[in-house]
Amino acid sequence: MNPAVHPDETLYEVEVVVNGERHVRRVEARRTLADFLREELGLTGTHIGCEHGVCGACTVLLDGRAVRSCLVYAVQADGADVVTVEGVGGQLPRGRRVTLEDGREVVLNPLQEAFQEHHALQCGYCTPGFLISALELLRENPDPTEDEVRRALSGNLCRCTGYQNIVDAVLDAARRLRAAGGGPA
Amino acid sequence: MLAGGQSLVPMLHMRLVRPVALVDIHRAADLDFIEFTPEGESVRIGAAVRHADLLRHPVLGARLPVLREAVAHVAHPAIRNRGTAVGSVCHADPAAEMPAVLALLDGEVEVLGAAGLYTVPADAFFLTYFTTVLPPEDVAVALRLPLPAPGTGQAFMEVARREGDFALVGAAACLRLDADGRVAEARLAFCGVGDTPVRAREVEAQLAGTVPSAAAWREAGAAAAAHLEPESDAHASAAYRREVAAYLAARVLEAAHRRAEGAFGADGRGGAAG
Ligand SMILES: Cc1cc2nc3c(=O)[nH]c(=O)nc-3n(C[C@H](O)[C@H](O)[C@H](O)COP(=O)(O)OP(=O)(O)OC[C@H]3O[C@@H](n4cnc5c(N)ncnc54)[C@H](O)[C@@H]3O)c2cc1C
Ligand code: FES
Ligand code: FES
Repeated sequence: MNPAVHPDETLYEVEVVVNGERHVRRVEARRTLADFLREELGLTGTHIGCEHGVCGACTVLLDGRAVRSCLVYAVQADGADVVTVEGVGGQLPRGRRVTLEDGREVVLNPLQEAFQEHHALQCGYCTPGFLISALELLRENPDPTEDEVRRALSGNLCRCTGYQNIVDAVLDAARRLRAAGGGPA
Repeated sequence: MLAGGQSLVPMLHMRLVRPVALVDIHRAADLDFIEFTPEGESVRIGAAVRHADLLRHPVLGARLPVLREAVAHVAHPAIRNRGTAVGSVCHADPAAEMPAVLALLDGEVEVLGAAGLYTVPADAFFLTYFTTVLPPEDVAVALRLPLPAPGTGQAFMEVARREGDFALVGAAACLRLDADGRVAEARLAFCGVGDTPVRAREVEAQLAGTVPSAAAWREAGAAAAAHLEPESDAHASAAYRREVAAYLAARVLEAAHRRAEGAFGADGRGGAAG
């Protein structure tokens, strides 16, 4: 995808709140929300796998609902509230503090903790989409069965893990959130 | 015309279609309605209603069980949060669930054209693969789906390679019993077995007036499948599709019958059971 804008292209103003921060940009009508997030806003945590809705790597919350950002045009998100993987931490109660390799300290939420402890990611390409899909599931259903978790995540593909660890992590995150009382915010 | 974009945007990205302009209707607030008609004989679903809205509706699932069961098979949660029921019907993928439900119920599509509103019955709407009678400039504004009469059971089932995939074959049935427990009216429809959704009208006529039994459902399934002309493709052979269609038809008829009986048994006056 060539991000260069053709000189004749009409630009439209798009105003969105992403992870709590307001952004205004002028973009072409054809720009997808996924490209908008990555190229205009520099939020490269939202990954692009297939660009036709199959892989789920680009899943974000749009006005609180999980959607494929590759199948939504940025102009359609005008006025909307978007949560990407960069903002997923703040969507759940705070959990453990960890120190990254570069020395930075971050606070994980129970869903992220469970993904780490259950080895629910290897290359990590699919992980942003899984976290967003799992977040929507846990909001709607704080006590899902394994079957319900598998159904909810059926639209996200992972080429590395074989899914079992991802399913285990989401079930464990649900347990942790229930134990902590008060599920997802 | 851009509704949920869950079929059209992939086609744009694959360069399968190259329209000069798109009209986005997904925010048309006056198309965002799920409305029971005053006499309660049908439900109208507006063009901005998403698959997920149908599943989340407080009473629709209980009043029209076949719709709930079919929509639960449509794609994945994140696709259902955007894609619309009307868009699915307009897209006319022969493997899609919603067109089969429209055909099963003899529903109608309400369309707005330059000359005003008109309605198209389900059996005149679908022409062939991904093609309907709608001219490109007309907008489908709503689906009208008849609700089941008292004493009716409904069911939808499908076989797909993975959860959320399009059906290799799907089958839907509606069965109404008379006071003696005989079949008063039977309906059977399929998706994934032709270039449009398919109704098994001959089998439906043969079932009317008969005494329900497991053998009757198996025979009906086999007879319905014998009339089908499915195609072989990368996903499944025609012979496999016909076999699955026979099996699913028997299963949905049996499930619809069980529910129709339950509808009589439970409260003594009938009603649609889930
Ligand atoms: C990964 C994936 C899996 C899927 N799996 C399934 C599945 O298992 N079963 C299934 O049924 N679907 C499936 N879908 C498709 C999904 O259900 C779509 O939402 C649906 O087919 C089209 O609805 P839409 O609102 O997104 O329409 P759009 O994509 O916006 O439009 C589709 C077509 O219909 C036309 N159209 C839409 N609305 C109108 C209108 N009101 N008036 C006139 N024309 C209109 C458009 O011009 C376009 O040609 C899947 C999609 C994806 C990406
Ligand atoms: S990139 Fe959007 S679903 Fe694959
Ligand atoms: S961890 Fe590599 S694709 Fe899922």
